[in-house]
Amino acid sequence: MTIQLRAIGAVSVFSLLMLAACSTSSQVRGGSPSVKPAGERNTAPDFTLKDADGRSVSLSDYKGRVVLLNFWATWCGPCKIEIPWFVEFERRHKDKGFAVLGVSMDEDGWDVVRPFVAGIGVNYRILLGTEMMAEQYGGVAALPTSFLIDREGRIAATHVGLVSRRDYEDDISALLESQ
Amino acid sequence: MKTTSARFWNLSRTLAAALVLAPALPAQTGQPLAVTPPARASGARNGELTARVEIRMRGGYHVNSNTPNDDYLIPLALAWDSSLVKPLETIYPRPELQSFSFSDKPVSVYAGAFEIVTRFAVPAKAPVGMAVVTGRLRYQACNNTMCLPPRTVEIRLPVEIRAGQ
Repeated sequence: MTIQLRAIGAVSVFSLLMLAACSTSSQVRGGSPSVKPAGERNTAPDFTLKDADGRSVSLSDYKGRVVLLNFWATWCGPCKIEIPWFVEFERRHKDKGFAVLGVSMDEDGWDVVRPFVAGIGVNYRILLGTEMMAEQYGGVAALPTSFLIDREGRIAATHVGLVSRRDYEDDISALLESQ
Repeated sequence: MKTTSARFWNLSRTLAAALVLAPALPAQTGQPLAVTPPARASGARNGELTARVEIRMRGGYHVNSNTPNDDYLIPLALAWDSSLVKPLETIYPRPELQSFSFSDKPVSVYAGAFEIVTRFAVPAKAPVGMAVVTGRLRYQACNNTMCLPPRTVEIRLPVEIRAGQ
């Protein structure tokens, strides 16, 4: 019985420590649990890709803006949930120095991407990704994968897989307000 | 027989490990599909042979069926490269129609364990003995929240050709 009480005590203390750690982490990050403190952010690798009109687009063109860099594909079901959110974010925050960049990882290129994007009414820039560019971002092993990049061009948050719209809203608000 | 306290400590260790590993779980994107070809497929000259390729999906994952119900989805497809025996028919299992939060209509998928069966014709002049036929299985897997890039895996099928009657 004494052993069991000790065990319960140990697990309780462990759980409390875990909760305290999570709570501290959220406070440091300023309300958005996924946004890293500025001092812990790494520079987002620059890249140059083509958009649907064949124009070259570089991440460095967006310096000074908060960028949501989203890796997606037409065959990715969960990606299709997020795209309407990103359309809304682009519309709502564009004038505050925010931009979405959608990087399609479709092997079949614009032949499939162009009609898909037109059909879903995307209002932000879509680029065609390359394996080399994806490697710069850790390989992008799963889609959707998104990076929130701050105004100084540093990766502030990363989301692998579908997360809630609220998570993105919190991240974007935190980054737009942190000036 | 385990005592109650031993069981409790085992449970505690499991819970602790789960808590520590929890942040790393989204990064677990290794291949969720395992393919097992038959140990051997045999048939006689002028006859047929059948190969049953077993596929097992990791829990929570699915692949699109060979007849996905959306033009943008990538179908499961098994193709054989063989001049030795001639593929006659590849039989895929009946797909499941599963509902996902990311689709407003059920999606035609395979999940769990299933098999793809291929019938081959054995030519009259096929060399008697053992050989290997190669195939390529192309698939694209997802779970509820993420998708993995399309992948093609090579399948090596040991084939035994007999002289026949």
